[in-house]
Amino acid sequence: MRKVSRLSRFNIASLALGLAFLYLPILILVIYSFNASRLVTVWGGWSLRWYRELFNDRAMIEAAWMSLRVAVSSATIATLLGTLAAVALSRGESFRGRTLFSGMLYAPLVMPEVITGLSLLLLFVALNAERGFWTVTIAHTTLTMCFVAVVVQSRLGSLDRSLEEAAMDLGCNPARAFVAVTLPLIAPAIVAGWMLAFTLSLDDLVIASFTTGPGSATLPIRIYSEVRLGVKPEINAICTLVIALIAVVIVIASLASKLSSSQGESAAPL
Amino acid sequence: MSSRRIFARPARFAAIAPYVWMVLLFLVPFGFVLKISLSQTAIAQPPYEPVFDLTAGWEALKAAFAALSIDNFRLLGSDDLYVFAYVRSLTVALTATALLLLIGYPIAYGMARLPKRWQAVAMVLVIVPFWTSFLIRIYAWINILQHDGLLNQILLALHLVSQPVVWLSTDTAMYIGIVYSYLPFMILPLYATLAKMEPVLEEAASDLGAPPWQVFWLVTFPLSLPGVGAGVLLCFIPIVGEFVIPDLLAGSNSLMIGQTLWLEFFTNKDWPVASAAAIVLLVVLLVPLLLYERLQKRQLEQGR
Repeated sequence: MRKVSRLSRFNIASLALGLAFLYLPILILVIYSFNASRLVTVWGGWSLRWYRELFNDRAMIEAAWMSLRVAVSSATIATLLGTLAAVALSRGESFRGRTLFSGMLYAPLVMPEVITGLSLLLLFVALNAERGFWTVTIAHTTLTMCFVAVVVQSRLGSLDRSLEEAAMDLGCNPARAFVAVTLPLIAPAIVAGWMLAFTLSLDDLVIASFTTGPGSATLPIRIYSEVRLGVKPEINAICTLVIALIAVVIVIASLASKLSSSQGESAAPL
Repeated sequence: MSSRRIFARPARFAAIAPYVWMVLLFLVPFGFVLKISLSQTAIAQPPYEPVFDLTAGWEALKAAFAALSIDNFRLLGSDDLYVFAYVRSLTVALTATALLLLIGYPIAYGMARLPKRWQAVAMVLVIVPFWTSFLIRIYAWINILQHDGLLNQILLALHLVSQPVVWLSTDTAMYIGIVYSYLPFMILPLYATLAKMEPVLEEAASDLGAPPWQVFWLVTFPLSLPGVGAGVLLCFIPIVGEFVIPDLLAGSNSLMIGQTLWLEFFTNKDWPVASAAAIVLLVVLLVPLLLYERLQKRQLEQGR
């Protein structure tokens, strides 16, 4: 009974307003992508016209394909490296260079993207690397592996370590104990980490702009150059498609973290 | 306990690959930024005078060191454009972070007071926009704020204004965009500390006769300070270097440092000045960055 009385009217109002503020703009964007009128602000009835036009826009399709390839490859490499980093940080006890290691992993989470983008570009130029798919993939991997590491590390931190110890007391070597006990328990966090890396890569404009080369624009670069020229119904349509794709990813990730929280206590923070 | 130590040894080996990756692709590139910030602009491809050429031997290296110049940094310090950009970045970030705290706190507080089952739902609802594309969310606001956009249509229909208000290319639009984009980063750490707080403490204070505002200022708020710190850092640091939001929503007469860096790099092709701007930005952010690192470390490694 006390629980109900704790929630004041002010609490409910601020929650409702906050959620409305977060969701209404996206909802409006999605609704207007089905607008038949060319004028973005005048409602002309429901239509799929802009989606049809979108599929005739070769440059946009190519950019979307490039972004998907980059997102899948960078998320996969980032998940591998990020998980390794998380295991080392939460199970490796103390080792030489640990502070530097964790510092390098946490800094990119908040580092302004213009700095990360510029520094990676200067590296690629110094190495004389041809800029395009691989440079963007490597750049995105560097950023997103830090997010994967944090998600997996927080899951590892909440695990009961006596499970691993029991496995080894029963005769497993560390590798076997990791594969048989630890890995299945952190699998949902690894899946969630991959999804997060995927969406971050799909979303990134700044780092991709610095590290890509001529002729290989990613979807955000393409959208950005169109948006600078003004609002267009086709942009609403492509944005709606991206939101739909991300929604699917979120559903999978939340199913994974639900699986994770039914096994342990707390889910990953992101 | 011994099995714990046995497990730790191979776990340390797991660090090798990500360690090498981060040193090569995160640490080393800063060296390049520093190096190029000290070199001269050239009309060439890439557009700077090379500073070091290790193959040329010792004498050449000494000459190269002599040629290092801090001209770019002197330019940043003397040209009003850059000084203003730094000042503006810091003011915008401070103002926006304060707004975020004011708006985010009541929402996080409301979340923490929901019944447990609903808390999980509310948390997902706050996280989802964080996953949705940054650029798309800014674009959504351009839709709403443009001259004949939804906001002006509503204001006109309600007769609150007699003619459309100019929203785009103003600081108001920029602040709306920043608050909108960073709100989840503020809410989540606040919610995390508020949800952990014992409700008995607040109840005790109010049973002892404290009015609600005193309960909040003397009990709730001080106890939530770790969350406030995390939220503030998580928002402040990236906002200082923000590029996309001011570029698309604010006017072009006063730039933030992220925009100046972008302009020098992409439009003026002045890589050395852009690099110098990045170094200064990094120095400005060093203290908040270190604070953030300590916080993150404590949060993730307390169970170790």
